Amino acid sequence: MLKALENLGTTIIASLEMTGRTFNLLLVVVWELLHPPYRFYPIVRQMYFIGARSLTLIIVSGVTIGMVLGLQFYNILERFGSVDLLGAGVALSVIRELGPVMTSLMVVGRAGSSITAELGIMRITEQVDALECMAISPGKFLIAPKLLAGLLSVPLLTMVFDFVALFGGYFVGVYMFGLAEGSYMNGMIDSIEWVDVRLGLVKSLIFGLLITLICCARGFYMHLGKAGSQGAEGVSSVTTDAVVLSSIAVLFSDFLIGALV
Amino acid sequence: MSTDNPQQNAISIRNLVVDYGPRRILSDVSLDIPMGQIMVIMGQSGAGKTTLLRCMLGLKKPTSGTVHMLGTDIASAPVREINKVRKQMGVAFQGGALFSSMSVAENIQLALREHTNLDEKTIEIMTRIKLDMVNMLPAEHLMPAELSGGMTKRAALARAIIMDPKLLFFDEPSAGLDPSTAAELDQLIITLKNTMRMTIVVVTHELDSIFKIADHIAVMSNGRILETGTPQQITASPSSEIQGMLNRKPRETIVDTDAHLRRLTGGL
Repeated sequence: MLKALENLGTTIIASLEMTGRTFNLLLVVVWELLHPPYRFYPIVRQMYFIGARSLTLIIVSGVTIGMVLGLQFYNILERFGSVDLLGAGVALSVIRELGPVMTSLMVVGRAGSSITAELGIMRITEQVDALECMAISPGKFLIAPKLLAGLLSVPLLTMVFDFVALFGGYFVGVYMFGLAEGSYMNGMIDSIEWVDVRLGLVKSLIFGLLITLICCARGFYMHLGKAGSQGAEGVSSVTTDAVVLSSIAVLFSDFLIGALV
Repeated sequence: MSTDNPQQNAISIRNLVVDYGPRRILSDVSLDIPMGQIMVIMGQSGAGKTTLLRCMLGLKKPTSGTVHMLGTDIASAPVREINKVRKQMGVAFQGGALFSSMSVAENIQLALREHTNLDEKTIEIMTRIKLDMVNMLPAEHLMPAELSGGMTKRAALARAIIMDPKLLFFDEPSAGLDPSTAAELDQLIITLKNTMRMTIVVVTHELDSIFKIADHIAVMSNGRILETGTPQQITASPSSEIQGMLNRKPRETIVDTDAHLRRLTGGL
């Protein structure tokens, strides 16, 4: 019993320390970003990795989710004789909730895990130490481009996801169930307000920051983790932790933003 | 090894203590490293050599004590001051620590691009000069994954000397290398000291290398410095522990193998 309490206490302290380090890393990066030199190429490179290389996954998952939504909404709305609301239902669900959340979860799985693994390997092979010894800030050189790229890429990917998901819903409604094209489009346009679009974008910005920050911090500080969590096993362990934590952070902050706004 | 005039010392360490949780890794270590000399820090695995090196590089904050590098106490200085010192030093890590996403040339050029405003042509020329010094010119465009162990160490050395540092640190330079490649690297270290007048600190336990390159040796054991001196002084040391290290005596000679086996198996 005492041992279990001790373990619980150790875990809580370790989690609090990690949270503190993560926010400290964010402050350091923001501070470093305010100071020259300003370099754009590393950000573009990371945007290619996080954004462009996630595009196929986002398009495929966006179309699929849009089609599933179209199918389910049509079946429900048909019972109430309100199939004209299909466009509105799909659009509101996608733009307010599913777009930012699903895009972020896809980015966590594809890019977040590799960010953590990359930084973890750099840490255990002394590449981070080498940077520090060259008087080059790892925060500015390694973390800042990833953080900015995540911040910019996730909203852009969300827009792509939203667009293709709406098309998926349109395809099911118009071509599979023979709904009038104008009915779907009008329902969609009439129901969507600027505040919904803005909410989706704000969510995707926050999720983009959370994902990249958590994934960067887990990899960057992997040497400060549990004793013996070094080597290949350590990298695999922190990568799993990063994916799980980022996903939980996205889902929980989605609820918080939804409740507060 | 202690020099009265601190101006002559590139590095001056006083009463350094490092604890990892309840474990004491370094106990009251004091060491002076004179300008323009090669100091080899030797000792068995777990003696605290790498921790001492990390304190000198500013990568590990000691529990107490001072580490004056070129006049700055990097144990207590802010990052900006530490970085001023770091711009005057180069480090060749044990595994090379080359950035895997960059070619050999890009690895070497990184510090120049970050800390100078030199034009592209000058950076290229300087890179080729350093690569030539370590006999790595043909590997300029290779990626780190394509290099052998010896080539990786030489590329790391070229990166370490690109800014013409005053201090150069090596962590186990000949570890994992065949004897002829290790000898080549030893010769390179001596050449660097003679031609570029660098102060060089080498952490190693390879005896062959130590006596080939060292001007001074510091022998470490269990987190303490047992003795410092010239290679001749260390060789003539009356300490049985040092003599044990130099003569590579095994820790314990097992005489009664049956009794030893019983002890290991608990009499099962």
